[in-house]
Amino acid sequence: MANLERNVLLAALTVLAMALTSGSLAADEPPAGAAKRNPFESHDFDRPADDPSAIARGKQVFSVNCAFCHGSDGRGGEGGPNLLRSPIVLNDKKGEIIAAVVLNGRVEKGMPKFNLPMDNIADVAAYIHSIKVGAASNFTPRMVLVGNAAAGKAYFNGQGGCTSCHSVKKDLAGIGAMDPKTLQDLIFTGGGSGMLGIPSPTAPPRTVTVTFPTGETVNGRLVNVDDFIVVLTDAEGNRRSIRREGEAPKVEIVNPLQAHLDRVRIWEDRDLRNVTAYLETLK
Amino acid sequence: MNAAKKLLLAGLCAIPVLTVAETTNPTLPPLGDSWPTYSGDYSGRRYSSLTQIDQSNVKHLTLAWTARLKGGMDQGGGLLAPPGPPQIVGGEATEAVVTGGLFSSDAPISVRGAVLQVNGVLYATAPDNAWAVDAGTGTVLWHYFWKTKGGTHTANKGMGMYKDYLFFETADDYLVSLDARTGKERWHKEIESFPEQYFSEAAPIVIGNHVLVGAGNDSDEPGSLRSLDPETGEVQWKFHTTPMNPRDPGADTWPNIEASRHGGGNVWVSGSYDEETHLYIFGTGNPSPAYGSNNRKGDNLFTCSLVAVNVDTGKLVWYYQTSPHDTHDWDSAQTPVFVDGEFNGRPRKLVLQAARNGHFFVLDRVTGEHLLTKRYTPWGKWTKGINDKGQPIRDPDRDPHVGGVIVNIDGWANWPPPTYSPQTGLFYFRGYESYGILYFTETDPRGAMGMGGTARGGQVSLGTSIRAIDYKTGRIVWERPFETGEGLLGAIGSGLLTTAGKLLFGADKGANLVAFDAENGKPLWNTRLHGVSNAPETYMLDGHQYVMVAAGDMLYAFTLY
Repeated sequence: MANLERNVLLAALTVLAMALTSGSLAADEPPAGAAKRNPFESHDFDRPADDPSAIARGKQVFSVNCAFCHGSDGRGGEGGPNLLRSPIVLNDKKGEIIAAVVLNGRVEKGMPKFNLPMDNIADVAAYIHSIKVGAASNFTPRMVLVGNAAAGKAYFNGQGGCTSCHSVKKDLAGIGAMDPKTLQDLIFTGGGSGMLGIPSPTAPPRTVTVTFPTGETVNGRLVNVDDFIVVLTDAEGNRRSIRREGEAPKVEIVNPLQAHLDRVRIWEDRDLRNVTAYLETLK
Repeated sequence: MNAAKKLLLAGLCAIPVLTVAETTNPTLPPLGDSWPTYSGDYSGRRYSSLTQIDQSNVKHLTLAWTARLKGGMDQGGGLLAPPGPPQIVGGEATEAVVTGGLFSSDAPISVRGAVLQVNGVLYATAPDNAWAVDAGTGTVLWHYFWKTKGGTHTANKGMGMYKDYLFFETADDYLVSLDARTGKERWHKEIESFPEQYFSEAAPIVIGNHVLVGAGNDSDEPGSLRSLDPETGEVQWKFHTTPMNPRDPGADTWPNIEASRHGGGNVWVSGSYDEETHLYIFGTGNPSPAYGSNNRKGDNLFTCSLVAVNVDTGKLVWYYQTSPHDTHDWDSAQTPVFVDGEFNGRPRKLVLQAARNGHFFVLDRVTGEHLLTKRYTPWGKWTKGINDKGQPIRDPDRDPHVGGVIVNIDGWANWPPPTYSPQTGLFYFRGYESYGILYFTETDPRGAMGMGGTARGGQVSLGTSIRAIDYKTGRIVWERPFETGEGLLGAIGSGLLTTAGKLLFGADKGANLVAFDAENGKPLWNTRLHGVSNAPETYMLDGHQYVMVAAGDMLYAFTLY
């Protein structure tokens, strides 16, 4: 399953972490391999840590007897299944379930018997239980750079309409110092939102003009709007909550990032990757 | 009449064939006075026949009572507050950790699921907590607290009821049965393996003498639906949603049995029940591993499917897969909604679903025959169209990619309950439009596990909306858009309710409970509760119709005076 809530929460945590660290989108960058599995999930289901010396002994026994078929990290290898998702392994505590398979083998599936002492099996169990799912990835943000810079330049100056707001000589000068993943995320969002599209704390504010039936107007930074109320902070810093009834008063909102919002349905993956490749050249 | 006797009779009324359930049809009355099961009745429609509150008077709807639900061990009122309700504590863990439903161990209580209303008593849940509340006053009558071993705590979806027994699932994979009169535990039974990383939050569905339960799993473990005996908790039957053996149906849609045994398809949202055919129809979750799909080539039955099993036997009767070989974590777990209506000029028994992949489906619910597929989203780049079975054809170029792909990461719909009104002929649900970049980060050729293997990049939300679909054509008749709302609930939204007063109740971007004109989506009444967290419900008590909704740890009931 995967329910949105779970994703939302993870996203929120990421956003929170982001805000707590630098407040910039750059902090959204997952360290290599870290994004494979959410930290809460493993936390929720964590088992108590085994004795480190047992784990070390188990690793040695595993490497000699098991790793060829099941992989040195237990995730499967030459013919042997992935042990990290095996119900036998998951339900095992200290080797008591694993032992039956080790000692009897699974001859019908090609696994021989291993005549290991129980102590060794308990150590092997401790080692397998210590393996963190997700440690295998070598993903780095540089890998995101798969686009064509020349095509990206053409899109940037033409079809993309990027030059109506941006200049590679001015606001985007040196933007290629960013890693490609951070940069690509920023091209897509314009910096306005984080995970789940929830507005980022560093997003440039939306402004709002409220026009009453009398002709009186109020301007300010938009705080919140729904069908029944509009909340803004005016030039003096006063918060104003104004009730809405249907079309009155008139509410006009300007989002400085509107061009980015308008593009999200239009983007082709290829164009986005190309623009990233192009902007990466702006060192 | 004393309360216990009243309750017992209510139970008997709700399910009048308790002793001979095997041979006759268990039925529930059309949704009206009470709310005895997850969707109010078995149909999944969440359409109430009550008419006291209607378009002409809904603007006078006013607060009748509130109730604050305290979780965990702390129920004390203190010097200035009334004493807390009787508390019952159960659970397999030695330590008591308060887990309110937002994952972490100290999160506040959040009621996200259905609240039962039987004979004037409400039964509400949040993860690890259950309460009985007087439906007329909001007084908490008892509180049950489960000491959890852990596991994913997101949203407990509510209780099931049989006679005066209550049933609810715990995140650490037990089914707990309580005595409805006292909150005392009758028993608890393990329904899934906690070490295998299942987490159980679905609302048990009681049909005759069957209690149907399912669980979620974000590792690589397979889904199943189980039927338990309401008296003893013993397993009556178990239906696996992916093949466990090479000769099982659907096995040829997986490369090998190792893949299908770890193939996901979990059953984490309750289904609907057809009383005539004895078919229980439910949706299944995404295949696993969710994103890295190299090692599960094929359609991956019965993941992302609508599945019909005979409730007496647990045997598969038909299935329809809404997302063959899903690669986006787009479950098809959304509540199936039953409609008896005309389709192409003839009366039919239908089942509708707005699936998370952005497509609306209509099937014949007796045979599973496909009748209609219609994309309900303005963006469909991930598909190459619809095949001759009515299934979206996924474009592999839009699978998670190391260079990033743009996709609606969270899906176009989710579990918050939809509704259908026979008055308008419209099916209503909440849709999401939130585009993000999904990066494939798994460099190991053996593939990812579970939900792993991707990183989320930048994401832009174009908001959520309540959409009203004409089931005969799939056409969106009206759509009411909202910005992505306050906090997390604003992004997820909550479920919907329709009533015979031609009203649609639901939250807007999260802050307001709103009564809409069911014909056109125009707001007729609203109240600002902040963080509306479940689908509104309605019931009748002592001549008054109530509308009730949860916002976090609060229940609010509204009525007319």
